[in-house]
Amino acid sequence: MIILIDNKSGEPIYNQIYAQIRRQIISGELKENELLPSIRGLAKDLRISFLTTKRAYDELEKDGFIYTVQGKGCYVAPKNVELIREENLKKIEEHIEQIAQLSALGGISKAEVMEMINFGWEDKDGRNENG
Amino acid sequence: MDAMRMDEMRPDALKIENLTKHFSGFTLDNLNLTLPSGCIMGLIGENGAGKSTTIKLILNMLHKDSGSITILGRDNQEDLRLTKEDIGVVMDEVGIPECLNAKQVAKVMKHTFRNWKDDEYARLLAKLSIPDNKQFKDFSRGMKMKLGIAIAMSHDSKLLLLDEATSGLDPVVRDEVVEMFLDFTREENHSILISSHIVSDLEKLCDYVAFLHQGKLLLCEEKDRLLEEYCLLHCTQEELQEIPQEAVRYKKISAYGVEAMALRDALPAGLHTSPISIEELFVFMVKEAGKK
Repeated sequence: MIILIDNKSGEPIYNQIYAQIRRQIISGELKENELLPSIRGLAKDLRISFLTTKRAYDELEKDGFIYTVQGKGCYVAPKNVELIREENLKKIEEHIEQIAQLSALGGISKAEVMEMINFGWEDKDGRNENG
Repeated sequence: MDAMRMDEMRPDALKIENLTKHFSGFTLDNLNLTLPSGCIMGLIGENGAGKSTTIKLILNMLHKDSGSITILGRDNQEDLRLTKEDIGVVMDEVGIPECLNAKQVAKVMKHTFRNWKDDEYARLLAKLSIPDNKQFKDFSRGMKMKLGIAIAMSHDSKLLLLDEATSGLDPVVRDEVVEMFLDFTREENHSILISSHIVSDLEKLCDYVAFLHQGKLLLCEEKDRLLEEYCLLHCTQEELQEIPQEAVRYKKISAYGVEAMALRDALPAGLHTSPISIEELFVFMVKEAGKK
């Protein structure tokens, strides 16, 4: 597992851990039922506060990405298809928001953007069909 | 989740309630602090803020006027000798007889602490490259501090009380020592209270920070939450007018613009902000307290 902490980015550290572990679970780099490092061990290895690591794990558990076995530790939860779909929808939503902002700034109409999306889509489909 | 419940059942490493101590010209005023087991707390304050006084009161080296101090679940007025077996202390001066070398120190400590660990001490001496045949009086200040730290960590301590223990050490050794402290708290029942005015050390190390200023506690909070809550705001004086007053805590206004300590969540979007350091927070909060 790879976790890179940037103390100067201004993004809360617990969120950096949360996002990186989540990404590796979704991408499959972390396998189902794989044991994660202990909260305390991870905190010390990353040289960050134990409370912060715990918060990241708590959030991951709350959102269904990991589960805890009493006295043993935290494990990667079986992949939840719904959850991943929701994740992807959320990401798309964020991108759309950015697109809307950029369009407004540049005076680009919704129709123009829609056209671009359609083009992009056909390109991608075309590529897929050709292998 | 069970492990967490165990954590909650374990007594706090340190609990200070309404602690007050008067001197002529200085009062430690109604101090309340709790250090949960397994955590590291940094006590930050200017010279004379009351950091050493607090640590001396914990060890009953000074007599408190009022309030209570509980160490590892035991009141510090009862059986403190027993409690001291579990505490490793490093003060800004390491009090070792001048004529002893590190090897001889071990012989003394063996009869001082019931749980003295010779092998651990030898390991730490090697790790910190402390010579074992040199007399204490010939030690540099940094080496004295390192010996103090080695002793404090060699008798199976549960709580380390460190008063300016990293001052006098060069940056490389400081980094090693920080690493040792982090390793120490891998155990859930190991905790550290460390005071320093070298805030950058504490910034790396701590789970909690407590700001002490002129004998008063300004705040005590989780370090990372503090850094999330506050930010540095850079703006013009005109922009400052538009910002809700409660969002800005302390500001420095110059002819060229404004730099301010601000609450992230209360700020309107679109302003130029950057992360704030614990050092900046401390300085801003002390200045804010001075203004009132």
